[in-house]
Amino acid sequence: MENLNILNRLDYTLMIVAVGAALLGTVSGALGTYAVLRRQSLLGDAISHAALPGIAIAFLLTGSKTPLILVLGAAIAGWLGTLLIMSVVRLTRIKYDSALGIVLSTFFGFGLVLHTLIQRTGNANQAGLDTFLFGQAATILERDVWTIGILGGIAIIITFVFWKELKLLVFDEGFAASLGFSTRALDILLTSLLVIAIVLGLQAVGAVLMSAMLVAPAVAARQWTNRLSVMMLLAGGFGALAGVSGTIISSSATRIPTGPTIVLCATVVVGFSIVFAANRGLLWDRMRQRRNRRNLKMEMDGLFKQPQQGDD
Amino acid sequence: MQALETKAIEVTDLTVAYQDKPVLWDIDLDVPPGVLLSIVGPNGAGKTTLIKAILGLVRPAAGNVLIYDKPYEMQRRIVGYVPQRGTVDWDFPTNVLDVVMMGRYGALGWIRRPGRQEREQALYALEKVGMEAYTTRQISQLSGGQQQRVFLARALVQDATVYLMDEPFQGVDATTERAIVTLLQELRANGKTVVVVHHDLQTVEDYFDWVMLLNIRRIASGPVTEIFTPENLRETYGGRVAFMKE
Repeated sequence: MENLNILNRLDYTLMIVAVGAALLGTVSGALGTYAVLRRQSLLGDAISHAALPGIAIAFLLTGSKTPLILVLGAAIAGWLGTLLIMSVVRLTRIKYDSALGIVLSTFFGFGLVLHTLIQRTGNANQAGLDTFLFGQAATILERDVWTIGILGGIAIIITFVFWKELKLLVFDEGFAASLGFSTRALDILLTSLLVIAIVLGLQAVGAVLMSAMLVAPAVAARQWTNRLSVMMLLAGGFGALAGVSGTIISSSATRIPTGPTIVLCATVVVGFSIVFAANRGLLWDRMRQRRNRRNLKMEMDGLFKQPQQGDD
Repeated sequence: MQALETKAIEVTDLTVAYQDKPVLWDIDLDVPPGVLLSIVGPNGAGKTTLIKAILGLVRPAAGNVLIYDKPYEMQRRIVGYVPQRGTVDWDFPTNVLDVVMMGRYGALGWIRRPGRQEREQALYALEKVGMEAYTTRQISQLSGGQQQRVFLARALVQDATVYLMDEPFQGVDATTERAIVTLLQELRANGKTVVVVHHDLQTVEDYFDWVMLLNIRRIASGPVTEIFTPENLRETYGGRVAFMKE
């Protein structure tokens, strides 16, 4: 009787965690498609690292650990970080990758200092803030799942509404601008969507590895399809798969941080896709090369035979 | 008389600078309707920048651009644009038809999706450029010449009056080059104005009826027969031109 009760409770916790991980995997995978296609994979890394001080400041200001408040703090900090990178690139002669590196490490360092300060104060409420570094899926509660579901859902709906505009922006920004679409507004929209996807995953995956959740599913998905819509669907699916398997593995043992586990699961998906995908996979490439070589050889044989026959 | 005075493109005192380096200096250019004009000049002469400035894609330090007497922002619907082929990622996951339909996005405006009508316009344009057999082809599998034809088809579905094209002949084979020239001349015959950034001095006289010689400043512009002279070319290229008029 007692045993059964514990089992039920465990199942419920695990289910909540799995649903949360699936949702955030779907959202980050789908939106990561744009980051990968725009060659902005590293921007995700910068945003997630820059979000860290936002969480600490939100906590210091409100004393609350309500997910929505912390997510909001993370989002604002992530946004400011991105804005700073863009301004540095526009106003100085510093190149994009350097600006990214500087902003990322500065914000992250600042975040670490704040987190240490909070821990020193011995605030009984502070326990758990450090999960934002490497993620701890076990801390996902039902209210977190609601936050992820609603905000992530809004982000996906926006993607769908501006499907045509975002596709044009990513494929040919100059042409989009010549048609009269505000590429700056679209750029801001797309960055905001990335910020949302990232801050939603911070609790489970952590700031250090969150960008992998954006990049890995999209990279894997690109291997299997030549259509943007299918790529986005697949990336969402792969993200969910990695999210769920990673969280379940890390929840089944104590003190395994979820972020690294999820990333390892995503890596398996990427590795499989790189080797086995039809058309773009390595194995397929090798087979095509062999077939081409055989065809070429047959043609060459034919070429060399013909003049001999003519000579006779 | 007034109708004859109308200019398809009118550029006045246009200056563009990147940081403190001028890329275009005090450019004046009048393009009458219905001409096929090539912009010719050495590398770094500002040819692409001029096209982008006309389209409002770069902000000029000074000067003014009018399309049929109105600013570009009011005339977007009658201007078609062919960017340089190399500016986009051809490994983007989409197919030929989808890229061509992007030419209708401006007319559709925000949020509205392309439908059957846009699809038919795109198919018609693809036929025009001889790419009707490639509609569902993934764009990464196109040759350079085919990519260029796709970009031209995308501009055609814009159904514009004025076309601006950045190096449409770059890296295409002889067959495609002929096909593109025929298409450009057909556009002109239909009363369109076509401005083309061009690199090959040997073909200017064959392909175009107007020319603008550019090297940060405007050296000269007008009918090819008057403007395309050895003296003007020497001035444009700084005497380093290996081109000799027979």
